[in-house]
Amino acid sequence: MTETQPSALFRAEGLVCRRGERPVFAGIGFALAEGAGLLLTGANGSGKSSLLRLLAGLLPAESGTLYWGGAPVAADPDAQRARISFLGHRDAVKPGLTVLENIEGWASLLRAAVAAGRTALAGFDLENLADLPARYLSAGQRRRLALARLLLVDRPLWLLDEPQTGLDAAATARLAATIAQHRAAGGIAIVASHGGLDLPAAERLDLVHAAQLDLDVAHRAALEAARSGEQR
Amino acid sequence: MSVFLALFGREIRLVLRQPGEAALALLFFLLGGAIFPIALGPDPVLLAVVAPGILWAMALFAALLSLDRLFQGDYEDGTLDQLMLLDLPAPAICLAKALAHWATHGLPLLLVAPLLALGFGLSAEGIAVLVAGLALGGPLLSLIGSVGSALTLGARRSGTILPLLVLPLYIPALVFGVGAVDAVLGGFPAAPHLMLLGAFALAALVLAPWAAAAALRLALD
Repeated sequence: MTETQPSALFRAEGLVCRRGERPVFAGIGFALAEGAGLLLTGANGSGKSSLLRLLAGLLPAESGTLYWGGAPVAADPDAQRARISFLGHRDAVKPGLTVLENIEGWASLLRAAVAAGRTALAGFDLENLADLPARYLSAGQRRRLALARLLLVDRPLWLLDEPQTGLDAAATARLAATIAQHRAAGGIAIVASHGGLDLPAAERLDLVHAAQLDLDVAHRAALEAARSGEQR
Repeated sequence: MSVFLALFGREIRLVLRQPGEAALALLFFLLGGAIFPIALGPDPVLLAVVAPGILWAMALFAALLSLDRLFQGDYEDGTLDQLMLLDLPAPAICLAKALAHWATHGLPLLLVAPLLALGFGLSAEGIAVLVAGLALGGPLLSLIGSVGSALTLGARRSGTILPLLVLPLYIPALVFGVGAVDAVLGGFPAAPHLMLLGAFALAALVLAPWAAAAALRLALD
């Protein structure tokens, strides 16, 4: 994976994540060029969500560095935030607002045109539900509303946590097409998934549960290094 | 600035769309305040003396009642993650939410407080100073409360911990808010008390959002 480094747009080196006293993962690295896809796989609790939150800047890394276009991300976190569209495993949908109010609210928060809201809804087949209070949406429809947020603004880095959860076959296909379109336009998509989502020509990163790392010397060394670095 | 206003407007819209919780705090203030004349007996002299303290204490409790949920809903449904990724510094997010809380919970309280004060037989100038004090103190309560709400985010008994954390910090507001009314009732100027209250509110306006933002980052960790 490191051979693409010269042209890499988004690169991670030696990422270590620890929650409390529990090591989650260590020694994670990747290098992604424009239009690249990265599929995060691994068992429950292996740290897929933690890695995505870490990449989004919502979680501090124990150690390791992220680079965007060769420059360390930590040097300008505001600029990095402006490059990211993040979809967590929760939908951030307000049940008291209608579908349209939900998406238009995000449009103004993201500095997009309010009219972009309807277009984004159409992107995930929600325009018929626009005036329905979001509390009546099914789990899959709520997920589609959360996904529609991706279409409001044009961000180069998509971080998606199990985006296909609750989606039917048609919506999953639409999601795959949306991601493909994003990548064709030069965007990067990093997707945590248990499968069911087709990410063509994507690299894969398999996260191993830290509990299973005991025999993995490289991981252990990285964790130790991080720990001693902290003590210093 | 446009993002800040968008967030402020969205917060207010969310409360107005489901006004039950805000109405509950208001009713609590009204009914709780109305209990005291019944409990203490219909002695107009006594009631007028205790009115400022009781009304201010009830305002504190009513604020606490709703502050518990200030960040909790956004935290639980993933909205907070998205807000933290906006082109808006975290302290500005906290400020927008605290000010929206004041507009939806503090302002209505300000409007019904004179009614309640009338029931206590407070004089007209006493009511005017009480309202002025609540107008200055209201934002202070919301701002300090936002710090407590952010600190208890994710805690299992946040509704119980929050008052323990926040009530001691509310004491200055209580002292000067009640002091202003007592002063004017005793024939002294209320202005020094109100100015101090205003100074506390301004200090909270500058400091509380930063403290709340730091607490939020801890909670999201």
